[in-house]
Amino acid sequence: MTVKTETPAAASAATKRPPAPTARKKRSWVGLWFVLPFTAFYALFLVWPTFLGLYYSFTDKSLTGRPASWVGLENWSEAFGDERAWSALWNTAEFTLYSTPPLVVLAIVLALLVNRARKLGWFLRMAFFAPFVVPVSVVTMIWIWIYQPDGGLLNHYLQLLGIQDAAAPTIWLQGESTAMWSVVLTTVWWTMGFNFLLYLAALQTIDPNVYEASSIDGASWWRQLWHITLPLLKRTTALVIVLQLIASLRIFDQMYLMTGGGPNRATEVAIHYIYIAGFEGYRIGYASALSYVLFVLILIVSIVQFRLFSRKED
Amino acid sequence: MRNHPSPPGSLSRRALLTGTAATAGLGLAGLSLAGCGSVTGGLDGRTRVKQWNLLAGGDGAVMTEMHDQFSAEHPDVELQATTFGWGTPFYTRLVMGASGGNASDIATIHLSRLKSVSPATLLDPIEIDELVDHGLDPSDFPAQVWDKCFVDDRLYAIPIDTHALVNYYNRTVCEQAGVLNPDGTLLETTGVEEYYDLLRAVQDVTGEYGTSLDTLGGWRQFWAWYRQADGEMTFGDDDFEMDDDKALQAIEIMYRMSEEGLCPRFADGGQCSANFETGAAGLVQVGNWEINRFKAFDEAQGFDFSMTEMPDFFGNRRTQGDCHSYVLPHHNSWDPDVRDATLTYAAWMLQHSFRWGEGGGHTPAYLPVTESAEYQALQPNAEYSGVVDNVQFDPDAWFSGSAARLFDETGSIFNQVYGLAMTPEEALALIKERIRSLLALPNPVD
Repeated sequence: MTVKTETPAAASAATKRPPAPTARKKRSWVGLWFVLPFTAFYALFLVWPTFLGLYYSFTDKSLTGRPASWVGLENWSEAFGDERAWSALWNTAEFTLYSTPPLVVLAIVLALLVNRARKLGWFLRMAFFAPFVVPVSVVTMIWIWIYQPDGGLLNHYLQLLGIQDAAAPTIWLQGESTAMWSVVLTTVWWTMGFNFLLYLAALQTIDPNVYEASSIDGASWWRQLWHITLPLLKRTTALVIVLQLIASLRIFDQMYLMTGGGPNRATEVAIHYIYIAGFEGYRIGYASALSYVLFVLILIVSIVQFRLFSRKED
Repeated sequence: MRNHPSPPGSLSRRALLTGTAATAGLGLAGLSLAGCGSVTGGLDGRTRVKQWNLLAGGDGAVMTEMHDQFSAEHPDVELQATTFGWGTPFYTRLVMGASGGNASDIATIHLSRLKSVSPATLLDPIEIDELVDHGLDPSDFPAQVWDKCFVDDRLYAIPIDTHALVNYYNRTVCEQAGVLNPDGTLLETTGVEEYYDLLRAVQDVTGEYGTSLDTLGGWRQFWAWYRQADGEMTFGDDDFEMDDDKALQAIEIMYRMSEEGLCPRFADGGQCSANFETGAAGLVQVGNWEINRFKAFDEAQGFDFSMTEMPDFFGNRRTQGDCHSYVLPHHNSWDPDVRDATLTYAAWMLQHSFRWGEGGGHTPAYLPVTESAEYQALQPNAEYSGVVDNVQFDPDAWFSGSAARLFDETGSIFNQVYGLAMTPEEALALIKERIRSLLALPNPVD
């Protein structure tokens, strides 16, 4: 084939290549073709809708296809005065506050344990990460069964242990004080594996010599943890917390599938309310304004986070 | 975009490869785009009819079985049916698809939701002549249902059935409890107290509950009992009227039943029917569509059950219900072949809806089927055939109807009543507050 016979020729031609700048320019044009498909999709399905949503938030755009008209700041002022929107935002914040600490702390603890395990390491890694690959519909279905008041696994064992009265089973997912925690527990079980994996990878990059040197100096395991391991994991912790906060602020799936926002809207989160306003109420304009409020909020949290951690690193 | 600069000197291997790949890619993309526009049917020349439905329960299996039969009899039609999650997921999909002109050719909806899916902009009207051409006649449908298919004097829906909340009973349990007539049917009771006594007798046998019901679907029970007492609910532009005493009386039935342990404090759709199958409850108050599930259970391990109308609490046996119906989501343009095949499909399904009644438990809307001797003799359908006259449709408002916001929002309140987390008085006050905030929203289909 031509390619084969030309190979030595091309190799010898390499020495006679045109000047470097031209070559670099040529390569950058070729690269464009590779990013083009992604850029096109990115522009079409992310950038464009983002701006379209901002425009819609100033109109009374309806899903029913009726002609939309410009309403100025009406949607925005309604959003800021909407009690239900604020309580949904509060529920989102509550979920984030409850779910983020265990998702970070437990991930570190498990990563530390697994990192020490010699023989069962592969099994523990798999066991802790496995729930993360299960789709949300399956996870929620399994946990709905576990939480089922009559005959559910949880109540069954609580009754066996004599902690719960069989005549008054706890209604986990529809109880005012238990619903939020039940979803938090499910979420921790489901998504902790990802953080765990990030921490485990970070732990394995720490140079063993550091531990060796410190133990020669007489540092206990506890001191090593506080003064070597955790400080060296700081970058990972920053990443995990940012990812976790964003993921928790976007909570919708588990709530929608497990509690439906109940009881009495105690677990109705921001995106669920946006969904209700937009898809059940057909108010795309108003739902767009609501999503921008959430968007700005997530943006602020992320920026503050990054600032906080980058300063500490300096 | 600027053109790819022609490479200096001879064409490099890399440039050639990228160029070829990109051209091929563009060519393929162009080809597939052209394909979308020109091919309306399947590639094999059959006419493709896309159908969307929300029948995710036992009745969905019956519909699939009927679809198979339709496809076998119509080799020229390629029927593509898709089932979405019942309720909001389905309606969201329908509305979004139709607003872009990309929904299915035909879809099932609840007739009570007809106005709320904005027929003027999201559905295409159906001409009576078209129906007659396909073998359906307006006189083939019960007048009270047929009239609901019109919005602004245009026909938008073809009714499939009437379905309602009914009362199933486990014959084995009920016989032990002594609440059966000599012919094996459930004793008829009058008034709430008499029915509670019946439930207590059944509870003594089961050791757990008397009856089971879907505590998340409380709107259905509420509306049945509220309407039994002649309660009315009407909505104006920013006001509404309802009878507080009758509403409270209906909510108290839920609260007392749960307080005494005659029904579970919480049961979702699945658990509600499971309670009946496992014998934890001797009766279950649920829609007639669960018949398929219970029949399958009977086949699997033997289960002697039957079903009857709702118990008489306030002088009649009214029940809450609705009608499944076909609608044609809005198309930017209709291919005449597709439209013809779509209506052929709808007509065939109605003409063969005996199976829909037998398997799905629904009462077919198509009178030639329901009036046939074969259907009249069908058991246990004949035992609850009265529901067609006793069925009460949801109040008229854009946020009302099956799986609509009134249904959802009051449902979560009733769930709290069954859970004894809310007293009937608190629940009523909250329901009125929720209705007021729904009324305050702009009407999207006005």
